[in-house]
Amino acid sequence: MIRFLKRTWAIIKRPSVHLSLGFLSLGGFVMGLLFWGAFNTALELTNTETFCTGCHEMRDNVFVELQATIHYTNRSGVRATCPDCHVPHNWTSKIARKMAASKEVWGKIFGTINTREKFEEKRLELAQHEWARFEANDSLECRNCHSADSMDITRQSKRAAEAHERFLFTGENTCIDCHKGIAHTLPDIGQAMLHKSSDPNVTELQTFLRTD
Amino acid sequence: MTQTARIPTLAALIVALAAPVLAQQSVATLRGPADLAENGPAQPIPAVVNSDIRQVRNYPEQPPLIPHKIDGYQITSDYNQCLTCHSRTAIEVSQAPMVSITHFMDREGQFLASISPRRFFCTQCHVPQSDARPLVENEFVDVDTVLDYVTSHGGSD
Repeated sequence: MIRFLKRTWAIIKRPSVHLSLGFLSLGGFVMGLLFWGAFNTALELTNTETFCTGCHEMRDNVFVELQATIHYTNRSGVRATCPDCHVPHNWTSKIARKMAASKEVWGKIFGTINTREKFEEKRLELAQHEWARFEANDSLECRNCHSADSMDITRQSKRAAEAHERFLFTGENTCIDCHKGIAHTLPDIGQAMLHKSSDPNVTELQTFLRTD
Repeated sequence: MTQTARIPTLAALIVALAAPVLAQQSVATLRGPADLAENGPAQPIPAVVNSDIRQVRNYPEQPPLIPHKIDGYQITSDYNQCLTCHSRTAIEVSQAPMVSITHFMDREGQFLASISPRRFFCTQCHVPQSDARPLVENEFVDVDTVLDYVTSHGGSD
């Protein structure tokens, strides 16, 4: 292995004998352009709703759920597509998310959620990943469209205005804290909290209930 | 009574007799004048009352009305979104009324630690109101009016 690396390094270090400097630099430039263009095109292609709903896992579960909500159909006709909420818009975070999504390719290949039952079983875990992401980035994907500064609470209902004034404007909560389940069906969160709790009291209670 | 005066009286009588039939017809046209085999144009959906002001109960046992919109609120066997504000633990933050203690009772009258499954689906009893015009006149009389009537007529209450 080390010998192979040494040999490669020796080839790279040696000046080229037959190819001109112009060919190498211009060729490198053109190849770079082609590579960059292809990379970005592929990136944008995977960032469309058509791509997301290309798999039945998304099309038959989460996409159907979205269709009944205000983020799919509403009075003004402005709508959110999958990547608007689930892929960060700025480049670095987008690439980071795309790399994390390689796990989803793995899941697709090995059929982790390829039936409705398997999906329902995983729903909580998947939802929690997204909730954690939104909590960590202060609901950035919501705020790409919904700006707290542009929000006119006098045009909201009393209830909404009060809640936004108390929690959003003070920074006490972020969007996702109150607005879970606006686009998809909610998982069984109560059961999950009991099952997965790390609280020793809960575990003790569970063992007590089981032995009783 | 002269002959000429009798005709309008007769007409009034006919109108009076026909009125219930007409009223019935106007109720039946909820689906519009379209033929049975056709779909008429859809009526605009009335706006939901979103005042957030508690409304009167017409009798003590009436489930309280929901004074706000509940569009898209999920109540499934997995999750009850009403409880994110109305549960025992949530009301300190939300300042919403807590689910009544009767909802913790099972059918033997035994109080449980949390909402009884038979009381889980809120919209079975609690409904929001819309500003829709009633199709028929509502002749409901509040129980207090009945009591007033009874006492004013010498009955005991």
